[in-house]
Amino acid sequence: MTATASAPADAPAGASGRSIAYGAAFTEGLAQMMEADPNVFVAGEDVGRAGGVFGSFRGLNERFGDMRVVDTPISEQAIVGLGTGAAVSGLRPVVDLMFMDFILVAMDQIVNQAAKLKYMFGGKATLPLTITTSAGAGLSAAAQHSQSLEAMLCHIPGLKVVMPSNPYDAKGLLISCIRDDNPTVFVKHKRLLGLRGDVPTDVYEVPLGSASIVRPGDDITVVTYGRMVHESTAAADALAAEGIECEVIDLRTLQPLDIDTVIESAHRTNRVAVVHEAVRFGGLGGEIASQIAELAFDYLDAPIERIGAPFSPVPFSPVLEKEWVPNAALIGERIRALAAA
Amino acid sequence: MDPSPDVLLDLHRRMVRIRHFEESAGRLAEQNRLPGFLHLYVGEEAVASGVCANLDDDDQISSTHRGHGHLVAKGGNYSYMMAELMGKATGYCGGKGGSMHICDLDLGMLGANGIVGGGVPIAVGAGFANKYRGNDRVSVAFFGDGASNIGAFHEAANMAAALSLPVLFVCENNEYGEFTPRERTMAITDVVDRAAGYGMPGAIVDGMDVVAVWEAAKEAVSRARRGEGPSFIEAKTYRFYNHHGVQTLGMKYRSDDELAEWKQRDPIELFEGRLAGAGVLDADGAQAVHDAVEADIEAAIAFAEESPLPDVDNLLVDVYTVAGLTAAAYLGASS
Repeated sequence: MTATASAPADAPAGASGRSIAYGAAFTEGLAQMMEADPNVFVAGEDVGRAGGVFGSFRGLNERFGDMRVVDTPISEQAIVGLGTGAAVSGLRPVVDLMFMDFILVAMDQIVNQAAKLKYMFGGKATLPLTITTSAGAGLSAAAQHSQSLEAMLCHIPGLKVVMPSNPYDAKGLLISCIRDDNPTVFVKHKRLLGLRGDVPTDVYEVPLGSASIVRPGDDITVVTYGRMVHESTAAADALAAEGIECEVIDLRTLQPLDIDTVIESAHRTNRVAVVHEAVRFGGLGGEIASQIAELAFDYLDAPIERIGAPFSPVPFSPVLEKEWVPNAALIGERIRALAAA
Repeated sequence: MDPSPDVLLDLHRRMVRIRHFEESAGRLAEQNRLPGFLHLYVGEEAVASGVCANLDDDDQISSTHRGHGHLVAKGGNYSYMMAELMGKATGYCGGKGGSMHICDLDLGMLGANGIVGGGVPIAVGAGFANKYRGNDRVSVAFFGDGASNIGAFHEAANMAAALSLPVLFVCENNEYGEFTPRERTMAITDVVDRAAGYGMPGAIVDGMDVVAVWEAAKEAVSRARRGEGPSFIEAKTYRFYNHHGVQTLGMKYRSDDELAEWKQRDPIELFEGRLAGAGVLDADGAQAVHDAVEADIEAAIAFAEESPLPDVDNLLVDVYTVAGLTAAAYLGASS
């Protein structure tokens, strides 16, 4: 994995030049929102005194107190319910579910309650709720602490879902999520927490629903997000030496999906690969490929390539896990074949 | 702590309102004039009335699939309720929620709920917001004996106690979780036994006695307002109609004798006898309350029937909160 990331092309000119880690960018954005708005609070398992299992909430409890940085019982349904009830009462909660695998324990509160209240109530409820969590494999955390389950959430009308790939986006997307008046799910990737990159000290937003072209190219469009942005970029760099120029698109927000940026690119390159770490079958890549087929069929010179994890739980042993997670070599191989197709 | 005559008359009006609203809704359903499911609160009126008489509009409640009674007790508008049950544009939810999602956020009614136990954590969240703001409001989670078996209830009860939140848990124990009797689904007789496990005080009240409910709720609500944390009330009650709808559809899951026995203890008839005995309201006075409520509900039905259906162009409105955009815009050109 690359050790640093540059700010996306749409970052404001003259950005600070200060380099901090992805995890620290998250913490800074959250702290700034708590400072700016007394209605923002955070609740979750170990977020208070312990500062979060990944250190993402470090220092906040000391700074903002027990009422605004709330240690909760290990009760995911009640944590999301706490956020939903507080949000509908006018606060702007951030609730943390630690590992993305744990959202499954809270699915009723997320899917049947938070996502639907506004619509079911004829528009009268407002749900400015942010759910934060950490996804992704690569730490030998095995099958129940490594999943990427974003496709399930993107399927639910009423939710917004973001998965930042770099420190700049982590801070800007978090601020946008907290300011948004809808239930949002902010998904960190555990293996990106230490990734350093330029992050302005100012408060800024990365707009929800806006993809970023992280590497321009004319031969192949590579649509990806989260940690796979880095694997895809590494593959693209290697392919460039062979004369294949990839355009790598970082979706950043998965729901709402910025399909326009994808289609515009597909019109130019005529060949598209979709890459995610989540299991390929039923993954978001299927939806993206389907929309490309509907909207750009006449422009395609080859079938859309979908790259994702194989159809198994995430294995524990490092040798097995390494085989399971898509990597730059696999992506490069598939794109090379796509270029020749 | 005897309730004043004004309180007694208020409790009576709340119960009568619920009864006639629900009887009318049942009649409309039998005439196929209401789409969807209908879970009637008839028989349980004393619980919602006794609790909600202790609340202001700023206090919140979360409700259940059997939620009309809670909204009426909280002061809900019959016309908007009837229109919602009929799926009309003028309904509380603009026809998008129906019976199981009826709500009035201005009255602190955070919605009926189609998921058993689903509203309990939301009431706890509202309670958290009240403590966060340092006000003296309380929130009430209404739920049934069946919901006391679901994880969300246990998580929320423990959370409320651990964070010492101003929340009142009101279990309406009507002895049946849908069609299955309580003794088949739990090994305890009194749901309130569970309160001790969370370290919160609990009380059992006769849920057919509106004054008993009012007194227990008054104490628990005062305790929450004083910042002393959550309480639990189990009200022993009974639903006079089926789990959903009016008829039992040939299902023989409870005996005629049992039903007749509970109907002997109709909460409104019991209370009217007591009011007459105390010289607070005689039979003619009670009849006048019934007549006035019935007239109001007839007017609400007329309002609902005359109301327009929802505009199908608004199908995708309010999926998200966003100025001037619908979900279609979010979903991209292909949808």
